Amino acid sequence: MLQKGLFRKPRIELETYDKFAKTAQPVIPEEMCITCPSCKTTLFVTELSENDNICQKCNHHFRINARQRISIVFDDNTFVELDADMRSTNVIDFPDYDKKLKSASLESAEKDAVVCGTAKVGGYPAATFVMEPYFMMGSMGSIVGEKITRLFEYATEHSLPVIGFTVSGGARMQEGILSLMQMAKTSGAVKRHSDAGNLYITVLTDPTTGGVTASFAMEGDIIIAEPKALIGFAGPRVIEQTIGQKLPAGFQRSEFLLEQGFIDDVVSRDEHKTYLTKLLALHNREAK
Amino acid sequence: MEAYEKVLAARAKGRATGLDFINNIFSDFIEFHGDRRFSDDKAIVAGLATLNDMPVTVIAHEKGHDTKDKVARNFGSAHPEGYRKALRLMKQAEKFHRPIICFIDTTGAYCGLGAEERGQGQAIAENLMEMMTLKTPIISVLIGEGGSGGALALAVADEVWMLENSVYSVISPEGCASILWKDPAKTWEAAECLKLTADDLFGLNVIEKIIPEQKDDFDKTYNILKTELYTTFKKNMSLPTDELTQNRYMRFRKMGVSE
Repeated sequence: MLQKGLFRKPRIELETYDKFAKTAQPVIPEEMCITCPSCKTTLFVTELSENDNICQKCNHHFRINARQRISIVFDDNTFVELDADMRSTNVIDFPDYDKKLKSASLESAEKDAVVCGTAKVGGYPAATFVMEPYFMMGSMGSIVGEKITRLFEYATEHSLPVIGFTVSGGARMQEGILSLMQMAKTSGAVKRHSDAGNLYITVLTDPTTGGVTASFAMEGDIIIAEPKALIGFAGPRVIEQTIGQKLPAGFQRSEFLLEQGFIDDVVSRDEHKTYLTKLLALHNREAK
Repeated sequence: MEAYEKVLAARAKGRATGLDFINNIFSDFIEFHGDRRFSDDKAIVAGLATLNDMPVTVIAHEKGHDTKDKVARNFGSAHPEGYRKALRLMKQAEKFHRPIICFIDTTGAYCGLGAEERGQGQAIAENLMEMMTLKTPIISVLIGEGGSGGALALAVADEVWMLENSVYSVISPEGCASILWKDPAKTWEAAECLKLTADDLFGLNVIEKIIPEQKDDFDKTYNILKTELYTTFKKNMSLPTDELTQNRYMRFRKMGVSE
């Protein structure tokens, strides 16, 4: 992208860059740059990733993959993955689903749309599931449902709290009714974990919609969200088509849900670790 | 019959609706209103009734018959308060250990401003979670359209049955065709691919029974349902509640496992 004012004539002599003009090559930073979609500031990729992929200027939260999130939130080298090898199959023979699975796998370097395991936050153990936006937009099929259910069952058995990070376009329609059934299945596992007196915290990230919102995303004892994340049951386009009018600005964003009373707080990504550590400390049974 | 013809049959004008089933299967239906939080959603009717000699809690989507009725009932698309009313009465049924029967007939949970503002996703999620451990028998019957989360929010049951010409799907064939293929003309194909007919779902072990239908005559269907509901409830009422809820969890637990 061209710098603004590149072709503007200097009004005073000081504005001409004599120093640079004399060098044979223009100075090009070795790092890659990216423009913040929210405030249009040009950001260095390395600096951005050091800042947990949050724009330093406007606090825009860039989308990150599951592994990046794990490294941001959990203590170094504490994450142990569970059910790492489970892959979706084309159970109902949906056209082109096999192809889609393959390309999603290549794009995300994951086997399906959720990564599950155990880890520590600030020294406190927890079970965790982290959804993967680059695998078919985190859509929930049978494997996502099965992995999350198994994680809750594991956490119930070991009396561990669950921290879940959601990002999803909803149920995966290529698996038909079976993907819908995962909503009930995961909800059942959440309920059993809850009834056994265990803590479940959900962190909603952009976007969390459809069948995931209408199941385990909204079932946490404590629900927080990243700033300005889109969170809703129906997508904005579907609502606009249904009601035949434009949605007001900020509708279905985290701050709106906070106002409506559906989430406990909006917490920036760089504060997740401290925030979650505090919550786990307050619920730590051994300390009591 | 092709899949999309089933969809059309399930949506057909003049097809029996939730209230028709209630009035023809049970006696003494007393309707109860409201979620005690916001309002009364007419897209879902609920109350007490008697099945032979058995007091039961009945909950049903109601699409309405004439235009005025349909509009008042939002064509059977419930808002969060509808699902919250359903849950309130299910909890009541649990307290008095009455069986619960849900009749499902909805295009889907409503997608509108108010629905989102009042937490459509949260309302459905809560139903799924609470119904799973409800200590009383539940049977859900799909009588027309079973539209995604809006249908599932009344279908976490010990057994789920479908009428011969009902459908149950994660998304409407129209929605699927337009999202996946950006082509509304592919609706027929989408209906086929989604595997949404009673036969398909029986084959996938998602439902326990298919209730036969006779063209334009639901009396036989009502009678079959009456007998089937009564015998199944009798059987399930005698089960210890722990076993009942364990079976319900396992019913869903085994769905969609590849190994």
